[in-house]
Amino acid sequence: MLKIENLTAEIDGKQILKGITLEVPAGEVHAIMGPNGSGKSTLSYVLSGREGYEITGGSATFNGIDLLAMEPEERAAAGVFLAFQYPVELPGVGNANFLRTALNALRRARGEAEVDAMQFLKLSRAKIKALQMSEDMLKRNVNVGFSGGEKKRNEVLQMALLEPKLAILDETDSGLDIDALKIVADGVNAMRGPDFSALVITHYQRLLDHITPDRVHVLMGGRIVKTGGPELALELEAEGYAKVAA
Amino acid sequence: MPAVAETIETVQSAQEGGYKFGFETKIEMEFAPKGLNEDIVRFISAKKGEPEWLLEWRLKAYAMWLKMEEPDWAAVSYPKFDYQDAYYYAAPKNKVVPKSLDEVDPELLRTYEKLGIPLREQERLQGIAVDAVFDSVSVATSYKERLGKEGIIFCSISEAVHTHPELVKQYLGSVVPQGDNYFACLNSAVFTDGSFVYIPKGVRCPMELSTYFRINAQNTGQFERTLIIAEAGSHVSYLEGCTAPQRDENQMHAAVVELVAMDDATIKYSTVQNWYPGDAEGKGGIYNFVTKRGACRGARSKISWTQVETGSAITWKYPSCILQGDDSVGEFYSVAITNNRQQADTGTKMWHIGKNTKSTIVSKGISAGRGQNTYRGLVKISPKATGARNFTQCDSLLIGDQCGAHTVPYIENRCATAKIEHEATTSRIAEDQLFYCRARGLNQEEAVGLIVNGFCREVLKELPMEFAVEAQKLLAISLEGSVG
Repeated sequence: MLKIENLTAEIDGKQILKGITLEVPAGEVHAIMGPNGSGKSTLSYVLSGREGYEITGGSATFNGIDLLAMEPEERAAAGVFLAFQYPVELPGVGNANFLRTALNALRRARGEAEVDAMQFLKLSRAKIKALQMSEDMLKRNVNVGFSGGEKKRNEVLQMALLEPKLAILDETDSGLDIDALKIVADGVNAMRGPDFSALVITHYQRLLDHITPDRVHVLMGGRIVKTGGPELALELEAEGYAKVAA
Repeated sequence: MPAVAETIETVQSAQEGGYKFGFETKIEMEFAPKGLNEDIVRFISAKKGEPEWLLEWRLKAYAMWLKMEEPDWAAVSYPKFDYQDAYYYAAPKNKVVPKSLDEVDPELLRTYEKLGIPLREQERLQGIAVDAVFDSVSVATSYKERLGKEGIIFCSISEAVHTHPELVKQYLGSVVPQGDNYFACLNSAVFTDGSFVYIPKGVRCPMELSTYFRINAQNTGQFERTLIIAEAGSHVSYLEGCTAPQRDENQMHAAVVELVAMDDATIKYSTVQNWYPGDAEGKGGIYNFVTKRGACRGARSKISWTQVETGSAITWKYPSCILQGDDSVGEFYSVAITNNRQQADTGTKMWHIGKNTKSTIVSKGISAGRGQNTYRGLVKISPKATGARNFTQCDSLLIGDQCGAHTVPYIENRCATAKIEHEATTSRIAEDQLFYCRARGLNQEEAVGLIVNGFCREVLKELPMEFAVEAQKLLAISLEGSVG
């Protein structure tokens, strides 16, 4: 499980996270909601190890291991997955090749046997079918020329293949039409189980219509200002952040 | 000191007395004295038992070379090479070969490992293991039989001089004349060996021809000379080099490659060059000054160059096509990597002479460390080349902030109906690309390798399959330690 205690972080000398304390027990899905500039994306990058963020205090552990001391790839090997708000394009790199390279890197780090091209094809086809996506997705270059919705779907496909223990979804719902939103939600729901936790970061309540969170946290000004059940999301939607947080 | 020089000098010092007896003694000792003069040229020719016409040809080249100046227009800088302080002939048997892989530089073995080169192959590359050598000899022999049935000639150029003098005489220097440029001229005077390929009319060569299958290919030396002739309607794919690191101790390399394609013939020439690039500070490393040119003499003929250049301290190389035949096609696909202090000035010349001739240039330059990478290309369209078309794409990728990428495209168009397109981009490996890969579990170097391979994909897909896989790994290895 994920345990964050009094985490503070800054970027370019500006403090963004001002003491976040949060626990996501194994098997639970938590939503983090908050207005723009509240520190949502910073939190997801700090947890996944992006450079440029200085941790000034506090801790974050995953199943007891110090997350913050690890390289991004080590965190991935430990089972942490970040679904990007803006998935990155890799020209000339085939999606299938990228996914297999990633899967094998993770398997290698965990001391498991690598999958060969045939095994991967079988595995990826099964996942694609379950997610109701097109096999075309595998043949294209990573995110190159993908529509906003396709990019997000590709993130969900990666998540399904890499089978993380903790998924952080950074505004995965932004820019999605209702059908794409459902595919993303189904992808997350399909993974729910006693060994899977997720941190769903979102502006809006609509994604939470499809992924019912166990807990909802409100992030404002770099702090969790309120925590509640799924009904809190509805409340936020109806009343606005300012009023709920007050 | 280079190992060859060391060996020679050790032998010399052991034979102090013999040294002053002059030239004759040296012949018995299988090496020529240091320096370059007419006698050395005669010595090389005599050593190879060459006919008079070839000796004359060499001497003519040497005389021209004396009057030439070393070119300085390329964007590379290096200390002046002392041509009188080098050996131009040393028989292979003087080479110190390790007895087993235990005696080989462990660094080199680690690279082999990463490239996934099998043990037997590693031994062959180091010139070890009698078994492995026998293996490759028997493989070579069986291939030779198969090629012979088709009438294909594939042998060393020294052998061809004796077995097919009329072909060598007709074509040698017909694409790259002796006086073409300083380095080609030097090569013409002192070339030691290389490959000779002749594909008869209408024959499609049944396999990729590789120096691998030519006995003693590892000892072709620093002045390699290759000649490939494809008669009308024939087809051949030739692989040069090897993805394994080549620790040749000769610092100066000046090779010449000539290709001739007749009507409807196709020659595909692929190179992976991985000579020693020198250390991180730029000490040592090969100077690679190569002249490669193909003549599309026949109508609808096609010559395609693909190169992956990752080695050498200095690369000076412009594989070119002379598109004489109507509707002939020239292609140039290149990946050049410079890391640490490597410098590369490479590109192509496409000279359109025939009608409706077509050329494609795709160049991918990758600079890392303090590497300097220049694309230099010329597209020349003659007045009669009506309907000629060229497409050029030059992309540069920068890794770090101390390297350089330069693009120098020349276009000379004297034909109103020609169509010429040029596209160029320069980019960096973005931090977000690296982070994206790392967040999926790839380490920094795997991530760079993946992104760079993606950048080079258009070129890599032109390589024959067995080469492409190794070349991909090689790209990643060449850039190790260049990020972070």
